[in-house]
Amino acid sequence: MATEQEVYHIAELADVGINTGELGTFTHQFNAILEYFDVLDRVSGDTAVTRDLCNVMREDETEPSLPREEVLRNVAAQEDGFIKAPRVM
Amino acid sequence: MGDNECCFEPEDRYNAFLTTCKKVTHGSGKLGGIAVAVKDNISTQGIETTCASKILKGYIPPYDAHVVQLLKGSGAAIVGKTNMDEFGMGTTTENSAFGPTLNPCDTGRVPGGSSGGSAAAIAGGMVRMALGTDTGGSIRCPAAFCGIVGLKPTYGRVSRYGLIAYANSLEQIGPMGRTVDDVSVLMQVIAGYDRRDSTSYDRPYTHTPCADIQGLRIGIPQEYFGSGVNPEVAAVVNKAVGRLEELGATTIPCSIPSMEYALAAYYVICTCEASSNLARFDGVRYGPAADAKKSWHEAYQEVRRANFGTEVRRRIMLGTFALSSGYYGKYYAKAQVARGNVKKDFARVFADVDVIAGPTMPTVAFRLGEKSDPLSMYLTDILTVPVNLAGIPAISVPCGTAEGMPVGLQIMGRPWEDERVIDVAYAYEQGCI
Repeated sequence: MATEQEVYHIAELADVGINTGELGTFTHQFNAILEYFDVLDRVSGDTAVTRDLCNVMREDETEPSLPREEVLRNVAAQEDGFIKAPRVM
Repeated sequence: MGDNECCFEPEDRYNAFLTTCKKVTHGSGKLGGIAVAVKDNISTQGIETTCASKILKGYIPPYDAHVVQLLKGSGAAIVGKTNMDEFGMGTTTENSAFGPTLNPCDTGRVPGGSSGGSAAAIAGGMVRMALGTDTGGSIRCPAAFCGIVGLKPTYGRVSRYGLIAYANSLEQIGPMGRTVDDVSVLMQVIAGYDRRDSTSYDRPYTHTPCADIQGLRIGIPQEYFGSGVNPEVAAVVNKAVGRLEELGATTIPCSIPSMEYALAAYYVICTCEASSNLARFDGVRYGPAADAKKSWHEAYQEVRRANFGTEVRRRIMLGTFALSSGYYGKYYAKAQVARGNVKKDFARVFADVDVIAGPTMPTVAFRLGEKSDPLSMYLTDILTVPVNLAGIPAISVPCGTAEGMPVGLQIMGRPWEDERVIDVAYAYEQGCI
């Protein structure tokens, strides 16, 4: 069972935020789903899925990419041809 | 592109489209001049692509998805972008940030999801065919609920380049249409190798449907007709299977025991993948602006809380939780083993049968607002998710009605035998004319 505090913590970790008004409902629904997931405790075996494709890589060579103006077209804020972002530090 | 032009101004009574292109130029070819709708999570150069989310409102992709390039190359007229559950997360299309799509068969009911807009556009007579995407049933569910045909191809057969990712290891782009023939023609255009998708295989599709199913062995899994499946729906599907027997097929009872935990495994894997994929939506490179004056964490969280819908936030949180230290082994690792068991179950059954048949959905289309609890909504995906876990092809073809609403017959096949599931659906469709 996850507590309201834990659900709040997860929302913070995932950076999706949570309003105090929705915390109770979210926690209740979260626990119902986690309880359903408990059926996985009955899974036996230890082999996960593999596919017959491996190491699909190309040579590390420069290829044409989108022009800068195309990339910046959807950007909300820019300065001197760069994307403006909130400060990280 | 040629210089042909067509006009597209439908009366969209079902809210099937998020964007329509009034004047469309198109070339000639296999789909020359045919109106094709594209689900709004598939990138279209110069046409707004939102995934039905506020967080991508106003986003104009600078490039086309591989399948869109192929559509254009075949002369198709791309007439608009269809409504969906936000980022593909839902079974009803009610999770769209831009309002639900209505089911053309009964506007008081949902069209299914998440490709509900594509299905409604076809069922409502606005387009002949459309592209959808199927992560856990998102093509087959709306096809069943709206009475049209939809194919989830073998994983790797259609390039995902330009599809805005939700759960990469499960999802495929696929064709939807009024008839099996239309679905087959669209599949001819979109299938094939693309180096820009590292999971792409060189398996083009050049097939023309054939209605001869003499000697075909059909597996009937008991789990697809058990508790939770509406008896009226089960009866309609049983009758359809009987029709396939009359057409020359034989049926063999079978079992997929891993169905017991397939749904839980699916929801663990898809939410884990979603929590990683959706981290890119930060309001910096596209979408609503993050406040550059605030700290990263504060601005990032503010944009995401305000612009992601409740279900999207719930799935990101579930995935974050399931991948977190201390819980990884209990959820994600177990789900991957469960997935392997599902794949093994199908392989075992397919040693004795050529295809597996059952209902696409356990019920007919729900009434709008009927499923308000997330878990009860998830449970309705039980018959479609095993196919995505195993990566195999499956088609939904209309097979009658229950409670006055369409019912879908689901045909599942061995990996790379998309042709065979199409043939069986075609045989059924032709045999019922």
